[in-house]
Amino acid sequence: MRTLAKLTWVEMKLFSREPITMVFSLAFPLVMLLVLAAVFGNEAETEFRDAIPVDYYVPGYLAVVIASVGLIGLPVHLAAYRERGILRRFRASSVSPWSLFGAQVAVSFVIAAVGSVLLVVAAVLMYDAQLPESPARLLLAFVVSTLSFVSLGFLLGTLLANARAAQAVGLLLFLPMWLLSGAGPPREVMGGAMRVISDALPLTYVVTALQDAWLGLGSSVTELLVLSGMLLAAGALSVRFSRRV
Amino acid sequence: MAGVIEVEHLRKSYGSTVAVDDVSVEVAEGEIFGVIGPNGAGKTTTVECAQGLRRSDAGRIRVLGLDPRSQAQELRRRIGCQLQEAALPDRIKVWEALDLFACFVPGASDWRTLMEQWGLAEKRNAPFASLSGGQRQRLFVALALVNDPEVVFLDEMTAGLDPAARRVAWGLIRAVRDRGTTVVLVTHHMDEAEQLCDRVAVIDRGRVAAVDTPDGLINRFGGPIGLTFSADRPDLAWLEQIPHVRQVTRKGQRVEVEGTGPVLALVAAELVNHGITPSDLRVRQPTLEDVFLTLTGREIVGGVEQQ
Repeated sequence: MRTLAKLTWVEMKLFSREPITMVFSLAFPLVMLLVLAAVFGNEAETEFRDAIPVDYYVPGYLAVVIASVGLIGLPVHLAAYRERGILRRFRASSVSPWSLFGAQVAVSFVIAAVGSVLLVVAAVLMYDAQLPESPARLLLAFVVSTLSFVSLGFLLGTLLANARAAQAVGLLLFLPMWLLSGAGPPREVMGGAMRVISDALPLTYVVTALQDAWLGLGSSVTELLVLSGMLLAAGALSVRFSRRV
Repeated sequence: MAGVIEVEHLRKSYGSTVAVDDVSVEVAEGEIFGVIGPNGAGKTTTVECAQGLRRSDAGRIRVLGLDPRSQAQELRRRIGCQLQEAALPDRIKVWEALDLFACFVPGASDWRTLMEQWGLAEKRNAPFASLSGGQRQRLFVALALVNDPEVVFLDEMTAGLDPAARRVAWGLIRAVRDRGTTVVLVTHHMDEAEQLCDRVAVIDRGRVAAVDTPDGLINRFGGPIGLTFSADRPDLAWLEQIPHVRQVTRKGQRVEVEGTGPVLALVAAELVNHGITPSDLRVRQPTLEDVFLTLTGREIVGGVEQQ
């Protein structure tokens, strides 16, 4: 436990010393949210699930924070650690793999949480956004979503040989998810093929689950089940492949 | 002799390349055990199998009585590893790395002392990326020692160190051994093996060519001792009658004598008896470099193996 805490603390310090990662994980979603809130004004609209745009986009951009941590931050970090021999150095010490990976999970959680708090505070102060209708459900959706994307990040970080590959594949996954999950144009305006693609993207389920909790809409049971399924599948595959490597 | 490390018929291939063909060695408690051999001979692979970092294809390994394949976690708490290829995060500071690795093992030694001993104190707040090759190397050795290991594996410990720093490192490693830690030292530097090691294994093409003390190896495989001096006497045939002398050659005034074992003392005594006291008597003792050449067929120049 002491090892896990110290590893997490050191990893947090290391994260805070990487300006580019910081900007991408924390500042990018924040800036995007503020731009969208400014563009779409302050009237409730049917396309935005009958909500004021900023209230629609706050949970959507919490999802973007989670996606950027899980699809880019974590895989690039892990692939770089393996590529450069840092994982080897850790493996040759007596630290257990569970502490090592537990610390990555913890750090991902903290980054996602810090990014989310920044978003909410900015949205409330600048656009008078509403707070979540159902905080408990929001917390549940946030935890399940983050865990499922972190496990996806582990899988990517395990399978991809180096940081460059992880960065490329991560962006390739991140961009369509960001644009088509409901965090870009609302799903209500999507038609045909766009909607089909949107339905197939894991981030769509995160956006919907967080919005449901934030706006006090549906129960999002389906979304949470889909995400839990992804969590288990990606988790199992990462364990299997990391043993092989 | 208690075998702290026992390796029997180790074999390891990477695809179709046989890295280790058949290696058996036993390392005794409290010795500095050197492993030398040409590039690609299987030194690092052998050591990494013993550390549990690679799985052997065949053979039996025990380190401190533990099987590195199935008991790696328990083993690593009791051994220290300095790897040939490893890194730390760019922005981790020296003290943070030491503090972190020390916390992996309960009751680890005080990392501040190690930081001082290995000359890293003034770099304590420097990030890993800013360290020179030698500083990184010293940090990795300190990390290998931070858990007070019973066995420490050092793979090219002095790579990147300048001559003065190497000597300091040798002294520190001797001190580690004197406290009872067994040291396994993989090295390219023959002088390092000769100076530091209690016993040395020469590995060539995935097999153990010989294991002995440095002196033992030199006596067995180093070839003859050479003496040269000048003498203007025409008749020196008696030189060949001296025990342990193998060969005498003359080039003008220059006399070259080759022999073994106590040849130096015997020849010197006879020279004095015959009234010859050359002021230019020189001795060329064979070194581990000669052993390396004899056993592997590869030459070492200036301490570095020739490709």
